[in-house]
Amino acid sequence: MSQLTPISPGAALPLRIAGSRAETASREGLASGEPRRSPRRRSLAPWLYLIVPLAFLLTFTYVPAANLIWYSFTSWDGFDQTKTYVGFDNYISIFSKPQFFAVFFVSLYYIGASVVQLVVAMYFATILSFKTRFRSVFKGVLFFPYLLNGVAIGFIFLYLYQAGGTLDTVLNDVGLSALKTQWLGNSHAINFSLAATSIWRYMGLNFVLFLGAIQSIPEDVYEAAELDGANSWQRFRYVIAPSIRRIISLSFILAIAGSLSVFEIPFIMTGGSNGSTTFVIQTVQTAFVYHLVGLASAFGVVLLVIVIIVTFIQRRLVPDEKSDEDGAEL
Amino acid sequence: MAIKRTLGVVAAVTATALLLAGCSTGSSTSSSKPKGTITVLTNRTDLVKTTFVTYAKEFEKAYPGTTVKFQAITNYEGDVAVRLNSKNYGDVLDIPNSVKPNQLPEFFVPFGTVSALGKTWRFIHQEAYNGKVYGISTFGNAQGIVYNKKIWAQAGLTGPAKSTSEFIADLKKIKANTSAIPYYTNYKDQWPLSQWQGNIGIEGNTNANNALTGSDAPWTPGQPQYIADNLLFNLVKDKLTEPDPTTTDWNTSKTLIGSGKIATMLLGSWAISQMQAAAVTAGGKASDIGYLPFPYQKNGTFYSTISSDYTLGVSKYSKNRVTAEAWVQWFNTKSGFAASQGAIAPQVGSANPSTLADFTTDKVKYVEENPAPAGKESLQQNIASAAQIDLSGYVYRQKLVDIARGAASGSESAYFAQLNSEWKAAKATATP
Repeated sequence: MSQLTPISPGAALPLRIAGSRAETASREGLASGEPRRSPRRRSLAPWLYLIVPLAFLLTFTYVPAANLIWYSFTSWDGFDQTKTYVGFDNYISIFSKPQFFAVFFVSLYYIGASVVQLVVAMYFATILSFKTRFRSVFKGVLFFPYLLNGVAIGFIFLYLYQAGGTLDTVLNDVGLSALKTQWLGNSHAINFSLAATSIWRYMGLNFVLFLGAIQSIPEDVYEAAELDGANSWQRFRYVIAPSIRRIISLSFILAIAGSLSVFEIPFIMTGGSNGSTTFVIQTVQTAFVYHLVGLASAFGVVLLVIVIIVTFIQRRLVPDEKSDEDGAEL
Repeated sequence: MAIKRTLGVVAAVTATALLLAGCSTGSSTSSSKPKGTITVLTNRTDLVKTTFVTYAKEFEKAYPGTTVKFQAITNYEGDVAVRLNSKNYGDVLDIPNSVKPNQLPEFFVPFGTVSALGKTWRFIHQEAYNGKVYGISTFGNAQGIVYNKKIWAQAGLTGPAKSTSEFIADLKKIKANTSAIPYYTNYKDQWPLSQWQGNIGIEGNTNANNALTGSDAPWTPGQPQYIADNLLFNLVKDKLTEPDPTTTDWNTSKTLIGSGKIATMLLGSWAISQMQAAAVTAGGKASDIGYLPFPYQKNGTFYSTISSDYTLGVSKYSKNRVTAEAWVQWFNTKSGFAASQGAIAPQVGSANPSTLADFTTDKVKYVEENPAPAGKESLQQNIASAAQIDLSGYVYRQKLVDIARGAASGSESAYFAQLNSEWKAAKATATP
């Protein structure tokens, strides 16, 4: 391709323009009857560019996924040199022991938390999409937790929840010491504490997604709404909400899939003790404490299937097309 | 999609084939002088930049032309178990506990027969299979309870408790008369709970561990498993432990026992020197820290189970076996590592370390558990895995603590009954 790139002296063209010119030149070349080799080369070219990303995709996504499925049919312990094929034994033992699924009860806390998270994110996104004092500062502050490393967040909140830690100190200072409890030690409080940490961490991402979507709504729609005398709630309900429906739907899928596979925060903060074990922590324990990698792989496959099913149901309930029509009606 | 899937499967099969092919390769030993470079994997992240560097220099001096490199790994058990999948796991390494006896020949070189090496080395059965030894002990531990003598005296206590109920009564006195936390579980850090499993030989029975494997109900009153776990349960139930176990911290606990804010912790004898150092840092004396036997006597005698800490093995894929074996030999005889840890030296007939002076006073007898009979070397680990009761882990004991403090539903007897039935069911299906 390089011979086709025009190098015109004196014209310091930006790269993109140079590229588009090259394309034009090659098209011209075709028209003027270049050898047939050229179209073939053109059809190969995108694949050449794709070799690197495809190699990464295969190596780091599809091969491990295929391995996971293969391991789930073995009784492998994680390092033995032979992997014994055991058929569906692992799946049978998963579905014949109800305690394996009892951990999904813990996910309910996180699903509840993700609803709160989306509502709060939506609230802030709506407010901050209008002219507000210190708007950029607030945007930064709200998004910042998402940029922090999950391990760091785990430790920060561990100190916050410690007996006599930050939270207890603050409650003492404002005279609410009656509310104090063992935030991680009390088995009724622990999942709320952990879910709250999760809200703090992920709210920023939802907030930015919502904010971006809201800001892409054309200004004249607001003006029209204002002329029609819509108050702020009506503006939110009939202008903003329908316009960003797609993003809301996506956020819900992500939030629910995320709630089913919570891992980092409870794992770092409690290691799954005191009734905070989630499905993924259970999987990790199965693989690395009990050395039943085969069974743990089957857990992984089951979780994947569950997430696919939940997403499918969710998509059927709130289809994308409908949101497009709504947009058109407006 | 279809193409990608096929590719994935092909790649998986190829990868497996490569792994399987790894089985058949293995180089032969040539008896020559140690030279060249070896890599040593170690769990001692605390010593790798200091003590171990000195050891390497001394070794290189004794065997000119050799170089020793270390790789210290924080999450040793987990990381090394994964690394065993490759051929690159160093020349010399601490054999991970998750490797079952029948898997030893897959990864390590035998040093010789149990009968021959047993004349010079203690704990020879720790990593042995089919009469061959795959790991030489770095040092041995006794089991007992680390305690702060000042607090003990402050509560007016003298001498070790002779029964679990006496021990609980002692700790109640500590709670009433001092400001110290009587017992610290270190629940949050998980592994300290596994130390309870070490007390299997409290009855002086060298066959107690095999009896556990063979038992249909290890959590029955009178069984060592029950005696230890029941004590843990009662300590927590009687509120003699830290108020919030979910926010404990191991490193802080050392300072706390050193300064007398914690009275006791059940840990292997390896912990004594660390706690003594912590006592000195906290402004006290090393002699503030003492060691109690497990509060149980059989015919008026205390028994302490002794077992090996990590053993050193040589990788089957080592390209420099001669030097690797020389390092294992030198490290365990000449380095003085066991003595520096205040631990039992791995040589047969070695003297009792000074850290265990308290045990000499209390006339504690040492028990070394018999190895599992031939053909059943991996049975206990297999039962534990199948039952998902991690004897040498923490999950089931955390649950026990949660029940005891009322954070999880259930009762002690119901939980022990459940453990018994899971153990029995797993025993019926587990392969040796």
